Amino acid sequence: MRTSVIAAATLTLACSAMATEGGFKLKEAPGLTQVQANCVACHSLDYVQLNSRFLDRKGWEAEVNKMVKVYGAPVKDADVPAIVDYLTREYGRQ
Amino acid sequence: MRRRQFLGAGGAALSAVAIAEFSPAVARTRLWQPDELADGTVESATLEALPGKVPLIKRSYRPPNFETPIEYFRTEFTPNDAFFVRWHLSGIPEVNLRDWHLKVGGDAADRGASYDMAALRRDFEVVELAAVCQCSGNRRGMFQPHVAGVEWGVGAMGNARWKGVRLRDVLNKSGVKPGAREVAFGGADGPAVATTADFVKSIPVEKALDESTLIAFEMNGKALPHLNGFPARLIVPGWTGTYWVKQLTDIDVRSTPQGGVWMSAAYRLPAGRFPAADRFPTQETAATVPITDIVVNSLVTSIRDGERFHMGQAIDVSGIAWDGGRGIRDVQVSTDAGQSWRPAQLERDYGPYAFRRFTHRFRPDRTGVYLVMVRAYNKRGDAQTMELVQNPAGYHHNVVQRLGLEVV
Repeated sequence: MRTSVIAAATLTLACSAMATEGGFKLKEAPGLTQVQANCVACHSLDYVQLNSRFLDRKGWEAEVNKMVKVYGAPVKDADVPAIVDYLTREYGRQ
Repeated sequence: MRRRQFLGAGGAALSAVAIAEFSPAVARTRLWQPDELADGTVESATLEALPGKVPLIKRSYRPPNFETPIEYFRTEFTPNDAFFVRWHLSGIPEVNLRDWHLKVGGDAADRGASYDMAALRRDFEVVELAAVCQCSGNRRGMFQPHVAGVEWGVGAMGNARWKGVRLRDVLNKSGVKPGAREVAFGGADGPAVATTADFVKSIPVEKALDESTLIAFEMNGKALPHLNGFPARLIVPGWTGTYWVKQLTDIDVRSTPQGGVWMSAAYRLPAGRFPAADRFPTQETAATVPITDIVVNSLVTSIRDGERFHMGQAIDVSGIAWDGGRGIRDVQVSTDAGQSWRPAQLERDYGPYAFRRFTHRFRPDRTGVYLVMVRAYNKRGDAQTMELVQNPAGYHHNVVQRLGLEVV
């Protein structure tokens, strides 16, 4: 238990450094925590802005699913709705 | 100094084109990007120098995906330090040449082998070939409607002189069994998490045995840059960059199709959408086929959309044309929105896989707007398309450019 708390804290620290790679930051909004926790292990977060704003909710959903199913991203199931909401609201086509 | 000049030149020709904001390190500089890119794509772009590189257009930091600014395409060969950078996986080790080995094996090879760099250079004839390496998704960012992925502009490509040994010679030394169908390639790079598939690509055995398919260790007379695959990469002339495996370590001669998402899910096109494309039968399904050869294309490098000229001034329409290895037959230029066309002059021929420069000069005889279009044809008669051929992953964008010029 203690180990996993430390591991989680270390991961959070690593994530916060990776979340600002190259000085780039995603918009502060609900869901950002889940995006950072699940996405930065594999890629920098500028991929999100790079792919904006042209995906609608279905489009962002498909991207998150592709990351999980095709590329094996270790995204927590419980975090998926918050991630999709965030991407759609902050970086989606309106 | 060189960088200042380059950045200054890049900004000077800007008018009605997209302009990106920059990080503080390169403040007050401007960067040309195609109008067709999405707003977020333009906003996220910066000009930044990776180790060993001049400032390139950043699309993503990790894995690093950086494209070559258009200024570098005014000549046939793309300098190593300006050559685009494209990685799928973020585990990119610095390969130490003393530890590096290239292993050859597989169920359809008679015997395995392992080479260090000295053995590779000693045991096989060293040859050199000029060829374009172009990412399958070059110009993806210009798709309308936009599709997800790395939103490249026009610079996910480059032309270089690749020096190395023929893959064919290396394979024949290990003995290729009659049942061989594909040859697969792996590199030293790896995924960030164990659940992501390693990047492994295969090509048909016939393509592997083509005399132009190389294992290259030099690029434009120098060792490959780390970010372009040091110490050795595969060169598959005419085919898109996805097959040009970097940091090459493993060659697998196979009697069965290579599996994995990088073959079965990524880099695929709807079946029948590009009927002239090279076939890759062992990887085809009823619904989709792997991307193979580069479609005929061109890029105007001398003028930009929205540029203004004065009456009486001669206007140079020049740039580069290339295809998947048939070679460029001609490049046609229109200055009246496609109503009439004239042939451009083709410059020196560096072989069927290389960029071919073209030039055309015209002198406007009236003021107003001129819509310039350039269309390349290869020796088989394939032409750039007038309208985008849609496909979900955003490959093979070779739509004729339309550049509006104002003459005052």
